[in-house]
Amino acid sequence: MNNLPKLSAVPPRSAMPDAMIRLEHVSKTFPGSAAPAVRDLSLEVPEGEIVVLVGPSGCGKTTTLKMINRIIEPTAGDIWVAGVNAIATEPHVLRRQIGYVIQQTGLFPHRTVAQNVATVPRLLGWDRPSIDDRVVELIELVGLEPEMADRYPAELSGGQQQRVGVARALAADPPVLLMDEPFGAVDPIIRARLQVELLGLQAQVRKTIVFVTHDIDEAIQLGDQVAILNVGGVLEQIGTPEDLLREPANEFVAEFLGTDRGLKRLSLIPVHALDLDPGPVVAPGASKQESLVVAERYEVDWVAVESGGELLGWLYLAELENGRVPAADLRPFRTRLAATATLKEALNAIVTSRAKAAAVFDDDRYLGMLTADRISDEITQ
Amino acid sequence: MNLLSDVLDFFLTAQSWTGDDGLLIRTVDHLALSLFATMVAVALALPPAVWLGHRRRGAFLAVALVNVGRAVPSFGIVALALPISLRLGLGLGFWPTFVALVALAMPPVFTNTYSGIREVDPAIVEAAAGMGMTDVQVLRTTELPLATPVIWTAVRVSTVQVIATATLGAVIGWGGLGRYLIDGFAQGNDVWVLAGGIMVAALALLADAAFTVAERWVLPRGLSSRDRSEVETVAV
Repeated sequence: MNNLPKLSAVPPRSAMPDAMIRLEHVSKTFPGSAAPAVRDLSLEVPEGEIVVLVGPSGCGKTTTLKMINRIIEPTAGDIWVAGVNAIATEPHVLRRQIGYVIQQTGLFPHRTVAQNVATVPRLLGWDRPSIDDRVVELIELVGLEPEMADRYPAELSGGQQQRVGVARALAADPPVLLMDEPFGAVDPIIRARLQVELLGLQAQVRKTIVFVTHDIDEAIQLGDQVAILNVGGVLEQIGTPEDLLREPANEFVAEFLGTDRGLKRLSLIPVHALDLDPGPVVAPGASKQESLVVAERYEVDWVAVESGGELLGWLYLAELENGRVPAADLRPFRTRLAATATLKEALNAIVTSRAKAAAVFDDDRYLGMLTADRISDEITQ
Repeated sequence: MNLLSDVLDFFLTAQSWTGDDGLLIRTVDHLALSLFATMVAVALALPPAVWLGHRRRGAFLAVALVNVGRAVPSFGIVALALPISLRLGLGLGFWPTFVALVALAMPPVFTNTYSGIREVDPAIVEAAAGMGMTDVQVLRTTELPLATPVIWTAVRVSTVQVIATATLGAVIGWGGLGRYLIDGFAQGNDVWVLAGGIMVAALALLADAAFTVAERWVLPRGLSSRDRSEVETVAV
């Protein structure tokens, strides 16, 4: 085999040993173009992570992606995939170990779903029964009905076609997956569903994924790390979505992340990440005096009524009259927030509730109360 | 009125069909030469067209060939091939006609094949390469099957044209159904002229129908009916 890496192809161990994909000073200048599309780009993608390349058009994100499987040949620099020098490997040999999903799906219209999915295993010379088993497994994995196996791509919806595209890319169980705006051509509802499905799928298969999009929200939702590129293939910043949103490296990144950066951060933080305060809570039968003290501490004009871990409801202090706190006829907490909800959802619950607070539950167990102040403290700390 | 019934009589007379100059043998000759010429034209035009289309090169050649195909009359090629054939000792008739017909069929086959391959959705070609297919595998498993409808249409149109044009052979002394036209004109026999014309037209229509029927087995499944019906051909 002439595709074995040469001795020099072994990556230096000092560099991040976990990097499944590594770009070293990679540049690409297209023929007839003065300015490079990608300039001296270095990037590492750790094993099992999703790294999203995002940026405005002309930022070289797709060019960068296509250099990894050498659909586009880099002008300069080195690319390592799974410890192998991609530049020194025969393109077709390299590509059989890299799943590839593109926006227009690129499904073979003259081949059935099953035949499409079987493409790479067939190229690799798997035997027939193994291929058949794998096809069945994958069609199920991406959430398609088994009877779709014999359909042709033209008979599927856009979302279904894209699922077939993902199944085809995963067929030979490659360690690496390249996804080029895979959800760009489907409508927003299907896109949202496919995004959630991809994360679910990734939790099972743990591939190293490079994902290209121009949609910063998609990047934030899907990326373990997000790389923001600027025109000319300049890497402006790479980091976890939270890092980027908290501390954008420069003006460009901040602007690209959008003016609602704070809100975007909220959508990344789950409610259970905060130490929840019980809030202005009293037990049924508490005195008016007791209730006043509790309410004052939280600077509110109402109290919630809790009994044995169960939240019964709330009432204004003004409704207390002279008696004690009742156990019935209380105002209900309409929005019951799950501990897994995001702070963005929590904030929505808060601003739409009359008590200006959201009660958080783990199933039926009351965990505590969240207010807008508390959320604001969290993201400004 | 008389002419039509005379033509009918001609077709219904057994002697018209038999013998060395009968309808049967001339039809067989005509068809054999036409199919042979078309096959040779396909064999010559297809490989370079496929390869150039795959490489996405040679658009100039494709356009030039169509224009040449449109501009040069088949009769001109016959006239050109005749002296060459005589010099080579290949004689009158068959070979010059054959050359003219091959030349007639090649441009549409070349051009349609070229553009059929070239216009395969680049996303599909990229996906095929991205899956790890070699160059030849991309061509064989993806580009060729997807271009089949266009190629098939070109071969069909060429065959029909060749059958119609093969009548020219009679001008330079070859047989075939053209004899009825040429001899009919020469001897003022309208029955022959009309009968010959009807036979040639019927043969061309039959060939066209045969191609349509064969489509079911030739064209890859999965291509939507839209893909098939919108197949355009640049044939003249």
